[in-house]
Amino acid sequence: MKTDTTPRTTIPAPPPRQAGTWLILGGLLALIVASFASLPLQWSAFFTREAIDSASEFLAGFAPPDTAPAFLAKTLVAFWETLAMSAIGTILAALVAMPLALAGAGRLGRAARAVTRLVLNVLRSIPELVWAAVLLVLAGLGPLAGTLALAAHTAGVLGRLFADALENIEPHAEQSLRTNGARPLAAFLYATLPQALPQMLSYTLYRWENNIRAAAVLGVVGAGGLGQMLKYHLSLFQMPSAATVVIAMLVLVALVDAASYALRRALMR
Amino acid sequence: MTSNAILHPDPAWRARLTGAAVFVLLLYPLLVAAEFRPWLLFDAQSLRAAGGFLRDFLTPETDPAFLAMVLRETWQTVAIATAGLTLALIVAIPATFVISERLSISRLGTGHIRPLAGIVRQVLRWILMVLRSVPELVWALLFVRIVGLGPTAGVLAIALSYSGMLAKVYAEILESSDAHATDVLLANGSGRLPALLYGALPDASAELVSYTVYRWECAIRGSAVMGFVGAGGLGQRLDESTKMMAGGEVATMLIMFVLLVAGADLVSKLLRRRIG
Repeated sequence: MKTDTTPRTTIPAPPPRQAGTWLILGGLLALIVASFASLPLQWSAFFTREAIDSASEFLAGFAPPDTAPAFLAKTLVAFWETLAMSAIGTILAALVAMPLALAGAGRLGRAARAVTRLVLNVLRSIPELVWAAVLLVLAGLGPLAGTLALAAHTAGVLGRLFADALENIEPHAEQSLRTNGARPLAAFLYATLPQALPQMLSYTLYRWENNIRAAAVLGVVGAGGLGQMLKYHLSLFQMPSAATVVIAMLVLVALVDAASYALRRALMR
Repeated sequence: MTSNAILHPDPAWRARLTGAAVFVLLLYPLLVAAEFRPWLLFDAQSLRAAGGFLRDFLTPETDPAFLAMVLRETWQTVAIATAGLTLALIVAIPATFVISERLSISRLGTGHIRPLAGIVRQVLRWILMVLRSVPELVWALLFVRIVGLGPTAGVLAIALSYSGMLAKVYAEILESSDAHATDVLLANGSGRLPALLYGALPDASAELVSYTVYRWECAIRGSAVMGFVGAGGLGQRLDESTKMMAGGEVATMLIMFVLLVAGADLVSKLLRRRIG
């Protein structure tokens, strides 16, 4: 047998693929083509000369952000309102999630567990913004609707996480208290809860972080905070003011990121 | 034995009481700022409005024409997400090649990157950071002002914010894969593209694909929500029905919404198991 000593100059052939992989790739390609084909996209309108001109004129309108002291003070109030909405929403959610988690962890029987988990899933799969739009009907414009919307979605998320945390705790401590005559509530409070509490607290803080981000944009449907301000100034075509609000949002998100990074570093050490 | 002997007082009650008091003190300004007055929900006027809405809500709208419209809008939501993600990939993949230091040839040997290449990378990183820090909803709001109501704004919003996200995470995944194969290929004179295809990709491809599928799932959720600012899809119809206080229609669309999210979740899970 002759060995090939000349260096290869072409890329070797790729390894063979399974038929299933081609099927999946074909399906994805079909999905992409169907998506572009079925959407009434106005590319032509977007890439014409005048469209580009009007778009760049629109963007240039943002150029000097509004820095009048009165407006900055207003932005600061909205900034604080956004933070308050996220904090209250998260606390409410944790309060609601706690009893739901007890049922969801199967402490009130199997049927209650299944029903509670279903409720939690529904709460969770409707995004904050949709909750806000629906709750606006009940609570009217303003931060209350936003707070309740954050609470509703977060209660679903935290309820599920709390229930899982409670189910994953070692049951021995609670069982030995029960066999030694402690009442169920005391056994739960002194054996299971202290073990699960740190985890629940860290889930709650993590969700608060998410909720600050969500609260910043929630207002675009009218539910208070920075988002509502942005919507208001954009619909009046007051671009410099809108630019200030967008910058305030970016600052808020950056602050949250930095704080959470620093906290995580401090806790890891 | 008295009952006191069984009911042990909480040994830490003083600390707990102080903690609770401080918590309430801190909470008060937040409650004021969030205008937290839940009793407003229960005054006569809003109860009347809410009552009608909630009564309708219990009987979801099942008119065939309406259902067909909801299905059409649901498909549009999926299509916006898919088209937006495709455009985002077209931007993100080349951007990944630029910002990833793994494929830098000047880095080999000395470990120093040429200043010009370093500057290009850093500038592109900043641009991508801005693209992903502005929430997709805000992008959608801006694009609705530029291109008008409809799905184009949604597609563009997803494309922009997701290209920033995808490029960053792709570069991170590539850089966290084993450097040895790529380095050896580059040091022995292979081009960058073969070095990427044969060195870095085999190690990282499963993670890259599974992250992309996960982002597709997020994009579906995002595009459903973006309709609320007028960017087409299910959200826009949901917004209209909510404003008309048509509880039955809202109920149907919320059910569709939950099904859509669950479906995307399921497909994404299946695909990731198949590939990962």
